[in-house]
Amino acid sequence: MGMTLAEKVWDSHLVRRCEGEPDLIYVDLHLVHEVTSPQAFDGLRLAGRPVRRPDLTVATEDHNVPTENIDQPIADEVSRIQVETLRRNCAEFGVRLYPMGDRDQGIVHVIGPQLGLTQPGMTVVCGDSHTSTHGAFGALALGIGTSEVEHVLATQTLLLRPFRTMSVTVTGTLQPGVTAKDIILAVIAKIGTGGGQGYVIEYRGPAVDALSMEARMTVCNMSIEAGARAGMIAPDDTTFSFLKGRQHAPEDWDAAVRYWQTLRTDDDAVFDAEVVLDANELTPFVTWGTNPGQGSTLDATVPDPASFPDAADRASAEQALAYMNLQPGTRLRDIAVDTVFLGSCTNGRIEDLRAAAAVLQGRRVDASVRMLVVPGSMRVKEQAEAEGLNQIFLDAGAEWRSAGCSMCLGMNPDQLAVGERSASTSNRNFEGRQGKGGRTHLVSPLVAAATAVRGTLSAPADLED
Amino acid sequence: MEKFRQHTGQVAPLRRSNVDTDQIIPAVYLKRVTRTGFEDGLFAAWRSQEPDFVLNRPEYAGASILVAGSDFGIGSSREHAVWALLDYGFRVVICPRYGDIFRGNSLKAGLLTVVLDQPVVESLWQYAEDDPAAEVTVDLDARTILAGDLRIAFDLDDYARWRLMEGLDDISVTQRHEHDITAFEAARPQWLPRTA
Ligand code: SF4
Repeated sequence: MGMTLAEKVWDSHLVRRCEGEPDLIYVDLHLVHEVTSPQAFDGLRLAGRPVRRPDLTVATEDHNVPTENIDQPIADEVSRIQVETLRRNCAEFGVRLYPMGDRDQGIVHVIGPQLGLTQPGMTVVCGDSHTSTHGAFGALALGIGTSEVEHVLATQTLLLRPFRTMSVTVTGTLQPGVTAKDIILAVIAKIGTGGGQGYVIEYRGPAVDALSMEARMTVCNMSIEAGARAGMIAPDDTTFSFLKGRQHAPEDWDAAVRYWQTLRTDDDAVFDAEVVLDANELTPFVTWGTNPGQGSTLDATVPDPASFPDAADRASAEQALAYMNLQPGTRLRDIAVDTVFLGSCTNGRIEDLRAAAAVLQGRRVDASVRMLVVPGSMRVKEQAEAEGLNQIFLDAGAEWRSAGCSMCLGMNPDQLAVGERSASTSNRNFEGRQGKGGRTHLVSPLVAAATAVRGTLSAPADLED
Repeated sequence: MEKFRQHTGQVAPLRRSNVDTDQIIPAVYLKRVTRTGFEDGLFAAWRSQEPDFVLNRPEYAGASILVAGSDFGIGSSREHAVWALLDYGFRVVICPRYGDIFRGNSLKAGLLTVVLDQPVVESLWQYAEDDPAAEVTVDLDARTILAGDLRIAFDLDDYARWRLMEGLDDISVTQRHEHDITAFEAARPQWLPRTA
């Protein structure tokens, strides 16, 4: 029987297999940031252990960093200590760090691909659940906890049990105004926040093949919101041309490409579960609740919790509507927001900024809305400025910031205040995620931009009326 | 890591599903660089805003076993969620289904996470609500939970169970296979990227 892509990558990284024990899997690339690493480095220090492969490890500062006045020390003392701790640890253990202010600094999942460090067929780990982003290159990319971060630092391996495999096939073609974000939000709404649990998802089909690398990263990024351990897309010419010429692209390019071309699910391979979605039927998608599965098309209304057959779903919808301060039956298009956040590892790449800028060009952000544009990395910022996108955002009345996670999780000063409501291109609408008492609607960059102009949840098509 | 063989304690019934790790511990508590002292962050929003929240009720003050609805621990990979539960005094969590990363983290950090079907979870909720002071015994050796007349068997793979019972640190176990790792490294393709 043939093998799936995930199984091929797994097998090629198997260091040791022993009946009754988890497999020992080799890690090709370990990404580190300031939040989930201090306790791991501490553990190494206590045990007198070195980092086994500093040359396969790279660190950046992203979660805590301010996005304004980045030439000054971080004002929040606890954040500053965390960032300084990372700097000390990287210096002590010999790990390459891209600190605040560096040209290559940015969100960990944006800089890996950008530097060309993320390549097909690799195993990539990071103490961060959205490591699944890197699966867009056909890598097996897993989010891990701090104990595992320490394990990888010490041994360059991970103890793992094999996963089940799921294929999500997206047929047809995306209509104009519909994006990768709408695909993944629709997948999550379809299979639920626990539907992918225990699985590695492989996205495939014509609508996936047609996606750019940026869009593929958006899809794989949110695999975790469907409960999956990882998401993957088989590498193809789109992948190879993205990588070609990048700083860490293979010197022996032809040998690498020959290998990468073998990284496809065999025709006779069998997935443990299969899901099919028709891209022709997709329209812009937004969330109304407090988990990413609680979403629907923008044309819909806020659902009545009583309409959910399952008691747990009903209770969870009731709690969500109370938190979100929404009434059943309200048209989603009538929901007014006061904040729009464009950024994060889901939608903070150059293509996302271009898409939003195209909508904002010649228009103004509504007076009732503050819009924050936060590039995913300093390179994205540089590129956007070279293309004049920053000017479009500024002319429209949006704020143009430096790179970081920012309002995706509000560990820096960019937060929602109690009761504020955002349309956000990030990946989590959990209670309090963007600031205590803040309310989040997850949207695509196109919907974010149109919403900023109208002040209520909107798609670009609504601006033409 | 502390060894875990058997634990007896009170149950806190948390009748909520989809409890994500942002709820278990909000991001502001993640700025610390220490590994202990996260108890104040546990369910911080609910504890501060909902007087009726189960952990605010005096009758559940001493609970050390948390019984929750499905999909507990979804979302962010923050191991701080596990540390906060442990620091607060929880030794066991019971629920029908977990977020994968949370489950992995818990078993590595010494928090026993047990999977039981929804109806069994319901009966444990009932048990703890009928008599908040009633105790439950979780026996990892026998893979059984005793709650009054209820005797519930649970599954946990042998390897995870062995590690918990011995309080073993994964790194020292893996380092025994040093030669396998070195051999693997010698055979890796040349084109793979290096960060330095
Ligand atoms: S942008 Fe948001 S989801 Fe992505 S790594 Fe940063 S905090 Fe996590």
